[in-house]
Amino acid sequence: MSPFGGFLMPIQYSGIIDEHRAVRTAVGMFDLSHMGQFVMTGDGVPEWLDTLTVNEVATMRPGQARYNVFTNEAGGALDDTIIYRLPSHWLVVVNASNSAKMWAWLGGGAGKPSGVSIDDRTPRSALIALQGPRSIELLQPLTSVDLKSIKYYHAVEGVVDGVKAEIARTGYTGEDGFELFIAASDAERLWDKLSVEGPRVGLRPAGLGARDVLRLEAGMPLYGHELDETITPLQAGLDWAVKLDKPGFVGKQALLDQRSRGGYDRIAGLIMDGRAPARAGYRVFVGDLAAGEIRSGSPAPALGGKNIATALVSSGVAAPGTQIEVEIRGQRHAAHVVALPFYKRSR
Amino acid sequence: MAQPTDRFYTKEHEWVKIDGARAVIGITEHAQNALGDIVYVELPKIGASVEQGKPIGVVESVKAVSDIFAPISGTVTEVNSSAVDDPAKVNGDPFGDGWLVKIDVADAGQSKQLLDAAAYDAVVQAESH
Repeated sequence: MSPFGGFLMPIQYSGIIDEHRAVRTAVGMFDLSHMGQFVMTGDGVPEWLDTLTVNEVATMRPGQARYNVFTNEAGGALDDTIIYRLPSHWLVVVNASNSAKMWAWLGGGAGKPSGVSIDDRTPRSALIALQGPRSIELLQPLTSVDLKSIKYYHAVEGVVDGVKAEIARTGYTGEDGFELFIAASDAERLWDKLSVEGPRVGLRPAGLGARDVLRLEAGMPLYGHELDETITPLQAGLDWAVKLDKPGFVGKQALLDQRSRGGYDRIAGLIMDGRAPARAGYRVFVGDLAAGEIRSGSPAPALGGKNIATALVSSGVAAPGTQIEVEIRGQRHAAHVVALPFYKRSR
Repeated sequence: MAQPTDRFYTKEHEWVKIDGARAVIGITEHAQNALGDIVYVELPKIGASVEQGKPIGVVESVKAVSDIFAPISGTVTEVNSSAVDDPAKVNGDPFGDGWLVKIDVADAGQSKQLLDAAAYDAVVQAESH
């Protein structure tokens, strides 16, 4: 167990490789109750959120979930998030490490309209994620909701094993799966029930170590690594989520300027040519020129143990195929740039 | 588990088995267990001098880089290339086939600074609780 964002979290249960394999071939189960959960109700919620984020909120249909980024005036990322439009409320899920910051921003500085109410339900709401190709097989017997009919990046309200739940077909692993929002008082019982039912489908509880490898393989950013207050969503390669024709939002002008100037440092995916893993903080070179730094790095079991990494590099070296070097303990090790994601599930 | 009594230990979870003028160095069962799956091992060059307490290489798990510190000073005579080729060996048999480095010993008296099996076991017990 390790301190993480104000919580004591498991880095691993049976081992990172074992848990990773479970998620990619069966089901992994994650306790994500540390993440911030803000409920928003009242008049004008989506229009207000649209003034604070880069992706469109007001165009979200009932039941839809959408990835988004809250930005500052410089276009830098305050946090990345998934926003859910549920029947009676909006749910904004934030990183645990940013909970206090985002609560202060949304509750205080961000011009919340008087008709909007926000509630931090984090202490009373748990989040259990099931991720992997056998997720439906595990979960369907426990609910009358037709899980197959929940579209990817959509959510419904239902009952799971007698427990009220928001069931979202979202995740942070690149696999099919469900994130279950339930009352904290129901969490232990549901976790135990899933643990008892789990072995028949190869379930493993999975910790933060496996979570980090899985999301890196899937090319998903981790706040503090591929995104932070000095890295914009454009730099992070999240152009698909940045809707610059939205009417005014915090950071819009800075992002318009950045896009029109071009030539900005950006996140690139790398694969090391050799056996030494790249790690966050290692420097990247092209010849004698310092070209950036590693932001995340790990061996990738889904790529046969190849060492993958993301780096923030000058625009000139970001093109897939570019040969670069990573300095590891004073020695230069060859690597090459690849397009993200490193891993895509077969559908 | 009981620590093998035929060797000395460091607080950083290395072991050294001294045999006259030669010694073998590795990491302990406790260390491999705490690291988890080892994916990469970097060892010093043959002929390199190693100094007691100074880093001589690394052992990497999926998540983290861990320095290997020299329990005693000497000159590297051999490294375990099969452990470099198959780092899982270090997890599987850390006291045997997962050995890391062999050295010519500079000063056998340095073992006085090390822990014996019982003292190291006490360190392990303290860390596990």
